[in-house]
Amino acid sequence: MAGMPLTFSALLERPDIWRGGSLSRAGMPAIPSGFPRLDAELPGGGWPAGALTEILPAHEGIGELRLLGPALAALSNRGLWLAWIAPPHLPYAPALAAAGINIGKIVIVRTATAKETLWATEQALVSNACGAVLTWPRLVKYADLRRLQIAAEGSRAPAFLFRSPEAAGESSPAPLRIALGTAAGGLAVRVLKRRGAPLARLILLPAMPPAVRAKNHHVDRRPAAATAARDFPARLVHA
Amino acid sequence: MAVSAALALAPQLRIAPRDPAAETEALLGVASWAAQFTPGVALEFPDCVLLEVSGSLKLFGGLEPLLELLRRGLREMGWSTALAVAPTPRAAFWLALAGKGKFIGSTAELEPALAALSAEIFCRNDDTLAALDAIGVRTLGELRALPRDGVARRFGQGLLDELDRGLGRLPDPRNFFVPPARFRAAIELPAEVTQAEALLFAARRLIVQLAGFLAARSSGVQRFVLRLGHRNKAATEIAIGLVAPSRDAEHFTLLARERLSGLALAEPVRELGLQADDMVPLPGNNLGLLLEQGKPPGDWGHLIERLRARLGAEAVRGIAGRAEHRPERAGAIADLGVKQMQLDFGERPFWLLDRPKSLVEIDAVPHHDGRLELLVGPERIESGWWDDDEVARDYFVARTQNEALVWIYRERRGEGGWYLHGVFA
Repeated sequence: MAGMPLTFSALLERPDIWRGGSLSRAGMPAIPSGFPRLDAELPGGGWPAGALTEILPAHEGIGELRLLGPALAALSNRGLWLAWIAPPHLPYAPALAAAGINIGKIVIVRTATAKETLWATEQALVSNACGAVLTWPRLVKYADLRRLQIAAEGSRAPAFLFRSPEAAGESSPAPLRIALGTAAGGLAVRVLKRRGAPLARLILLPAMPPAVRAKNHHVDRRPAAATAARDFPARLVHA
Repeated sequence: MAVSAALALAPQLRIAPRDPAAETEALLGVASWAAQFTPGVALEFPDCVLLEVSGSLKLFGGLEPLLELLRRGLREMGWSTALAVAPTPRAAFWLALAGKGKFIGSTAELEPALAALSAEIFCRNDDTLAALDAIGVRTLGELRALPRDGVARRFGQGLLDELDRGLGRLPDPRNFFVPPARFRAAIELPAEVTQAEALLFAARRLIVQLAGFLAARSSGVQRFVLRLGHRNKAATEIAIGLVAPSRDAEHFTLLARERLSGLALAEPVRELGLQADDMVPLPGNNLGLLLEQGKPPGDWGHLIERLRARLGAEAVRGIAGRAEHRPERAGAIADLGVKQMQLDFGERPFWLLDRPKSLVEIDAVPHHDGRLELLVGPERIESGWWDDDEVARDYFVARTQNEALVWIYRERRGEGGWYLHGVFA
């Protein structure tokens, strides 16, 4: 190998070089998200393994976990463990099972202080024993995130950090940052930061539970169903 | 020389009485630890351990790596040692006693290497030593130069046999040491310790010894006990349990550090002991044929133990589902690793609140961050009349003003009211 001349095109094939307009793809291990429209815009074609992904939902309950559902299901069914660190509420087993996630492979770590949360996250990442790490840190500083990013490197697990939308203005070493909102009844994904060219437009995903989507007059175009949805709550409340 | 003479020569000398029982115990401890490198361990009291390593060289990658492992382990256990390697056990013992770190590969080199050995090393009998000194024989080489029958007549055949065994001319069989079935080791601390963190240093030595002992037996332990000996009180025992059997010294040290870091000592500690009883067979790891890229997959059990050691056993749990209509019972915190359930519920939220939150009702419409819009429902759940935890609720999927989806219910018993129970995250 040493004697061969290095061509320019071979140089461009290296994973750590990307050109301004293109999205770096080669050599980056990634877990497919299960949403093709999102995967098309993520470097590597999915959630980056061995790196931090920040998720900033505008409000709790717009679909931030349903977004991860397919990827978590795939990882847990491969026999890998999912670590949930300091979740704000109890992950509900029937819902997780319905999403296809193997609940026997879930470990919940409940911490008392923000420091313990960071420590537990770091341990889970450094150990390289988990398939995915989800964490809800509070009061993180840039230095803490840098530590977590270093801990994540070299492991095969994607690390998801859920933060409040105000954190969008702060700088972060995470290679992928996503803000979630709602638009037209579905989930609107805004990629704040990714490896490669920045993305200006929103990605719209249909992330609602199917039963709701059918009755939702935003998404459903049949006026008959819409009327039914609007009528019955009025009937019930006055019962 | 007398103690007074010694003190006169060096007034700052520190004198301590010898404890032969402790020395023997220490020697046995080192021998048990060293048994991980070879099954052929012999003892030469009071302070020498002989290891027959020709069969182990290939496994450990050669003599130098093996010696490095020995040196490192002995240093971690706090011993200062002199190592020597020779083709016969007696020669190795003499060289180590002489303090010469010589590594002699073959019997041919043995005689020249031992020639300069001083007589007091290989001759244990004081009378014989004095007699040898009287005739001007001070080294092994000089003794070998004398005619054999003359030496046998004056000093006895025993001395000649000893030399021959050392040079490999006579066989020198040894009884090999068998490590004990249980592990017991203790270190007396040089000063009384009041902070638990300072015990980690001594604990590390004991843990390294335990790891070697377990490696020698190809076993692991699932539980070991640290004993803190006090002066007046009975000893404090700290039991450290593991999820899976292990003999990893680093992992044990981490667990011990976590347990000792928060510990408040009622009384100062003067002795630290370690005991491990139930050994479980634990074969070694096979190296893969192909080395994988990136870090090797970590040990899941070790991670759980580390998390539990610092955060508490209750902080690290799993979740389980049950065939129950009452939502708070259908999914709950449980032990790790339950089997997957095959149940069919309606639409269920990803988050369940620990306690249902009461909602304000304005104009007969529940409010949570604004007006709630009921989308799907009602799902009537009535259950639990048999165990005094009756539930009668109508569940709805509702949308908030922020376009988030929540799971709320209307209580049908008592005074009713709306409650928030889950979030469709």
